[in-house]
Amino acid sequence: MKTFRHSRAGGNPVPYADWVADDNLDSRLRGNDGLGALGWLLLLAAMLISLSVHANEAALNAEDPVIEARLIKMAEDLRCLVCQNESLAGSNAELAQDLRREVRAQMKAGKSDQEVIAYLTDRYGDFVLYRPPFKPVTYLLWLGPLLFLGIGAGIWYLTLKKRRTLKETPVDEKQIAAAAKILDEK
Amino acid sequence: MKRWIPLILFAVLVGFFAKGLFLNPREVPSPFIGKPAPPFTLPVVGAAERTFSPEEMKGKVWLLNVWAPWCVSCRQEHEVLMSLVRERELAIVGLNWKDKKREAEQLLDQQGNPYVAVPDDLSGKTGIDYGVTGTPETYVIDKSGLIQMKHVGPITPEIWEKKFEPKLKELGA
Repeated sequence: MKTFRHSRAGGNPVPYADWVADDNLDSRLRGNDGLGALGWLLLLAAMLISLSVHANEAALNAEDPVIEARLIKMAEDLRCLVCQNESLAGSNAELAQDLRREVRAQMKAGKSDQEVIAYLTDRYGDFVLYRPPFKPVTYLLWLGPLLFLGIGAGIWYLTLKKRRTLKETPVDEKQIAAAAKILDEK
Repeated sequence: MKRWIPLILFAVLVGFFAKGLFLNPREVPSPFIGKPAPPFTLPVVGAAERTFSPEEMKGKVWLLNVWAPWCVSCRQEHEVLMSLVRERELAIVGLNWKDKKREAEQLLDQQGNPYVAVPDDLSGKTGIDYGVTGTPETYVIDKSGLIQMKHVGPITPEIWEKKFEPKLKELGA
């Protein structure tokens, strides 16, 4: 079975008929025997490496560490307009690099964080902000969770109330007798 | 009635998802609609001594088409623009965005030039001032210099008919 799994990743392909004819069905179904301890360690190491690589992405032109730290802190909450699920800090898109350069230049020129963010929202709209501002169009966005919590609480209350009234209704002896009769018949 | 509530909720949710699925995520609402086109002065491709600035277009309805020679979908759009300017009177300014290899002049010589002017935005800064996220993007600017519409992506004959034609008519082009 090992040969089959290897061959699938490259190397000599095993004809489908041979694979189907293999009687060692159990291991075929299990597919993977699981990673050994060494395997897990290697996987973990690979993940750690990719993490550190990611953290370095935006710090390419770190001539001024203070400004770079400000830039990265700010850019983490800004959206890259090209690859929209990446932050401006993490993206390698050309536009993101240009925008980082622009933000860096403005910070060097002594602009405050608010001024730089205003520069970006003036051009790209609130869409660049991962934390949209609280204003009429975003009321539903920000208050939506509270609204749903309220609806949930309402339903919960009504359900409890209904259960209580059910409990308080006296038991109908006739109905119990009828039910017992049906059960006895079976 | 009560048993239908979950189904109705489900249908509403599916409705929202279906709508979201067919929205274009590139179509970011532009904050410039109804605002003046940001000013700039840039050298013109093919005429180094000349410059272009949006001021020159005052009193005209015009299009600012952001394109680049390295942009593949701009090539498709180029043909559409060519046939548009052949058929009707139309002022299109082609902002040449980040043409680092300096190919625009040659390309326009070979494939034809649909533009009335081609300002050269080598650094890409003017594009950023207009909120450009990629090429091609097209702005419709009215007689008083206000941006009235933005289109993201290449213009096709269908999009022209549906989106641009009515807008231009409305603006009196």
